[in-house]
Amino acid sequence: MSEQTIDLKKRRFLTNATSVVGAVGVGFVAWPFLSTWNPSARAKAAGAPVEVDISKLGEGQLVRVLWRKQPVWIFKRDKTTVSNLSTLNDILVDPNSLETSQQPEYAKNPYRSINPDIAVIIGSCTHLGCSPTYRPELGAADLGGDAWKGGFYCPCHGSKFDLAGRVYIDVPAPINLMIPPYHFVSDTLIQIGVSPEEHEVTPIFKSNKLT
Amino acid sequence: MDNNKNWIDQRFPLTKVWNEHLAEYYTPRNFNFWYFFGSLAMLVLVMQIVTGIFLTMHFKPDELKAFASVEYIMRDVNWGWLIRYLHSTGASAFFIVIYLHMYRGLLYGSYKSPRELIWILGMVLYIALMAEAFMGYVLPWGQMSYWGAKVIISLFGSVPLIGPDLLVWILGDYAVGDPALNRFFSLHVIALPLILVILVFLHIVALHTVGSNNPDGVEIKKNKDKNGIPKDGIPFHPYYSVKDIVGVVVFLMIFSAVVFFAPAMNGYFLEHANFIEANPLKTPEHIAPLWYLTPFYSVLRAIPPMFNSQFPGVVGMFSALLILLALPWLDRSKVKSIRYRSWPYKVALGVFVVSFITLGWLGMEPVTKTNSILARVFTVIYFGFFILMPWFTSIGKTKEVPKRVTGK
Repeated sequence: MSEQTIDLKKRRFLTNATSVVGAVGVGFVAWPFLSTWNPSARAKAAGAPVEVDISKLGEGQLVRVLWRKQPVWIFKRDKTTVSNLSTLNDILVDPNSLETSQQPEYAKNPYRSINPDIAVIIGSCTHLGCSPTYRPELGAADLGGDAWKGGFYCPCHGSKFDLAGRVYIDVPAPINLMIPPYHFVSDTLIQIGVSPEEHEVTPIFKSNKLT
Repeated sequence: MDNNKNWIDQRFPLTKVWNEHLAEYYTPRNFNFWYFFGSLAMLVLVMQIVTGIFLTMHFKPDELKAFASVEYIMRDVNWGWLIRYLHSTGASAFFIVIYLHMYRGLLYGSYKSPRELIWILGMVLYIALMAEAFMGYVLPWGQMSYWGAKVIISLFGSVPLIGPDLLVWILGDYAVGDPALNRFFSLHVIALPLILVILVFLHIVALHTVGSNNPDGVEIKKNKDKNGIPKDGIPFHPYYSVKDIVGVVVFLMIFSAVVFFAPAMNGYFLEHANFIEANPLKTPEHIAPLWYLTPFYSVLRAIPPMFNSQFPGVVGMFSALLILLALPWLDRSKVKSIRYRSWPYKVALGVFVVSFITLGWLGMEPVTKTNSILARVFTVIYFGFFILMPWFTSIGKTKEVPKRVTGK
């Protein structure tokens, strides 16, 4: 035994190999712990897509639903409103919806919606998250008179948005209101939380009646 | 008595530890006012842990019950108001003490070789303390708890690519709510206090390895008598333990005055809006973090969004914090103490203090055009202090450092 020399190279190899395997093991054990921080099944269920029946929604009417704890507005625009939207470009920050984070690709149009007459917008001011008030009346005296073509007014800090959720120039809110992912299940049924593409690839949501 | 001591010493190095860290730990004889704040920080840490343990016995970390349970502590629990106000005032006191402690380091070059690691451990402590304080402020689930959390956590959402997923991971939900409150409670009462205590231990072990600096910046270990004891050193106990008790008494007098007469400190220690329960549908008029985080919040707001992203501001804010870690290597001066430094450093330090305080004040104010410009100017000055430090610490004539401490 005393003749035997210590093979330092082998020892170092074994030390390194043990350390690496140990580190991988720590990584595997860490995963469940880190994963507990992701939304639980309950939180996910509470954040599941929401279906809204719009068959009884009249022109100019607005309904509010909660999706992922945020107010979502669904309202029907009449023909005048739709045509007015294109006349406001000069007083809006981002009339052409170039800010990509604020709407899905399929809502990047002058109406910021899939159908020009049906608007679906997250009702949370992009300034500090207050929920703006619906002011559809044309020429409201307190909101600029004749220039006001209907829209939303935030009572907290005075931000103004048009009926496509586009922000006015010179108000505290920096960008347009957010458009959630949504799609039409049928002509009168909207599902909020699932985009048209996702709807096609995951038909499981079709049977999901969480409202 | 001696027998008991021997019995323990054979099994645990009690006498050895006592001597090494107290009775025979030699500290420079010329400590002044600025040397109170290390021991005061430890006092506040202990106070926060003790009051925190008792608050935990009555608090409910539940979105629907948290606010009411804090009011229950305030009204129905015997002396609950006192324990809560000790804890809430303790948080602000902690930062006052820590800021003075850090300023002492800047004054006397306590971060310079061989004390770099003490400084780094201290900075990590400071960052951990900010996280601890932020999460603690969320727990009462008032309006400021909720909206402050929303604003601060949304910063992580601005990280490119992974931001939105990271945000959901941190919150455990799609918005600030019960899961966030619950995990912040866990981090606030277990994870971060443990980390803080371990870091304090390491901070002190590192300090006792190299020995304390002093207002002259002279290494007392370079002048030892024939017994190997520094000629300018006195044992920490009883000399400085007694001195620190005086500091503790004065500190507790001021601290108690705040706890009993102005626990909210006119909105600076407890913001007015936080006496209203969190309401996700109503934003407070004005959202500002507590005073001790505002210098960094100012830096965040001063940097304008670039490429349609708030991320550059977030990077700026964290850089403002992390750049402090590099201080020992940015300072090229051969002299430690401000007493013997060249004039450019004195001027720079003065300007830095002004910019830090101004940024802190701006962070509490609403954003206006003037304030934004001021915040940008002072953010540039703040970073300038560090970036130009290698230059201004190597120019100008320094005074000669004495061989022994002066005792002034």
